[in-house]
Amino acid sequence: MPRLLPEPTPETRHYWDGCQAGELRLQRCVDCAHTYFPPRPFCPKCASRKVEVYKASGKATLYSYVINHRPRPDVSDKPHAIAVVELAEGPRMMTNIVECPQTPEALVLDMPLQVTFEKQSDEITLPFFKPAGV
Amino acid sequence: MKPGSIAVVGAAETTHMGKILDLSVIGLHADAALNAMTDAGLKPSDIDGVATAGESPTNIAHYMGITPRWVDGTSVGGCSFIIHVRHAAAAIAEGLCETVLITHGESGRSRIGAFRPGRAPSSLLGQFEMPYGIAAPANQFTIPALRYMKTYGATVEDLARVAVIQREWAAKNPRASYRDPLSLDDVLNAEMIAWPFTKLMCCLVTDGGGALILTRAERAKDFPTKPVYIIGSGESVESPMISQMEDFTSSKAFRVSGRKAFEEAGVKHADVDHLMIYDAFAHLPLYGLEDLGFVGKGEAKDFIAAGHTRIGGSLPLNTNGGGLSYMHSGMYGMYALQESVRQMRGVAPAQVEGAKISVCHGVGGMFAASGTIIFSNER
Repeated sequence: MPRLLPEPTPETRHYWDGCQAGELRLQRCVDCAHTYFPPRPFCPKCASRKVEVYKASGKATLYSYVINHRPRPDVSDKPHAIAVVELAEGPRMMTNIVECPQTPEALVLDMPLQVTFEKQSDEITLPFFKPAGV
Repeated sequence: MKPGSIAVVGAAETTHMGKILDLSVIGLHADAALNAMTDAGLKPSDIDGVATAGESPTNIAHYMGITPRWVDGTSVGGCSFIIHVRHAAAAIAEGLCETVLITHGESGRSRIGAFRPGRAPSSLLGQFEMPYGIAAPANQFTIPALRYMKTYGATVEDLARVAVIQREWAAKNPRASYRDPLSLDDVLNAEMIAWPFTKLMCCLVTDGGGALILTRAERAKDFPTKPVYIIGSGESVESPMISQMEDFTSSKAFRVSGRKAFEEAGVKHADVDHLMIYDAFAHLPLYGLEDLGFVGKGEAKDFIAAGHTRIGGSLPLNTNGGGLSYMHSGMYGMYALQESVRQMRGVAPAQVEGAKISVCHGVGGMFAASGTIIFSNER
């Protein structure tokens, strides 16, 4: 069963194009320097429309998660973590943690992570995170 | 709105709760509405305002034979009905209408006539959360808890204790879904749903409904019921995405809503005799106690462990058994309101003797929205 995939909108296209290119793209306000997520064509802090897209470092830490024991069939047939990571640039995002046992012992809060990309379809590549150094 | 100027004069739940096979969603709304109208001694022609969520107020007004001069369809999740009380009180105080019916009905378990929300893969949630396997509140709403636990040294036993104590309250309530005593081990050893949350730390899924009728306090003496006054209220929203909650250890919507309600009411926390905190999952009372200001940050676990929220404690909490043991149709806020009203009328199955002030605090979505009402049985 294919994974339920996002449908990009004009306001988010740059983000999904970035994932296809192997880049995690964030947005930053030119006027107040605020970095934010999810994508939108204005700054949610100061309402400026002068915003720029830039390539994030891909570094993050594990902020919080659950291990879902009732996995959605399109995602996994085993319990897996649904996680929120804190990017080095500040914003947080939901993701899955890959290349790591899906156990409380292996998934330690604040552990360093690195983005990794997995192609899902011709249009969509999803960003996941793996333990740094793996 | 002047505190105490608006009163609840009708309140009722559906005739049955739990598993209801002979009513669809709109039928559950209607059953509760008819019971509330009987409670207040009113006919459809006596009501000129309608508020609801789940169904549209158009559907409810038409189905019940009401011609409204004011409607509210605010739908921000399970606390919508708590927010409706706030909006209705303001509307009545402003003279937009005189007598408001607020209804809730949900076939959460049997799914009869239930609205099936479609997937929205281009919404922000559809793009940035759905791909990672979120499927139900149990694996979204629970995500912040681990950060809270690490920050404040809370444990799974602290989560389990919430469920154990609420079962003690439920045992006194003949209408509660589950009444058998629970131990910490029962809760910890139950089926794992979304680690660290076991099934007994998650709310029930049941069928039911409830309705309230509000009018000006000056008219309250014309009704057969003991009036319950609204002395303070608050509301707020934060984010539709749990991953974008500003602080995983505290709900901004809770803080904003609670602070406004206490400011309006002009009461102190020590004056509060009874408290309802919408408990879709076991961590919510911890967040609620702290974000409403009853205890300091990180202190809720010790407050609960010391027995303050139990029967005979200083702050009786979720005295119907809550979403964990009483019932939870999906949008539980109406049942929290009903229990506050019963406590203020002095007719609750687990009545808090002499209670004069009750705080009812709800959540909508996954920490996405919040509503707070402070009730009193004295003006």
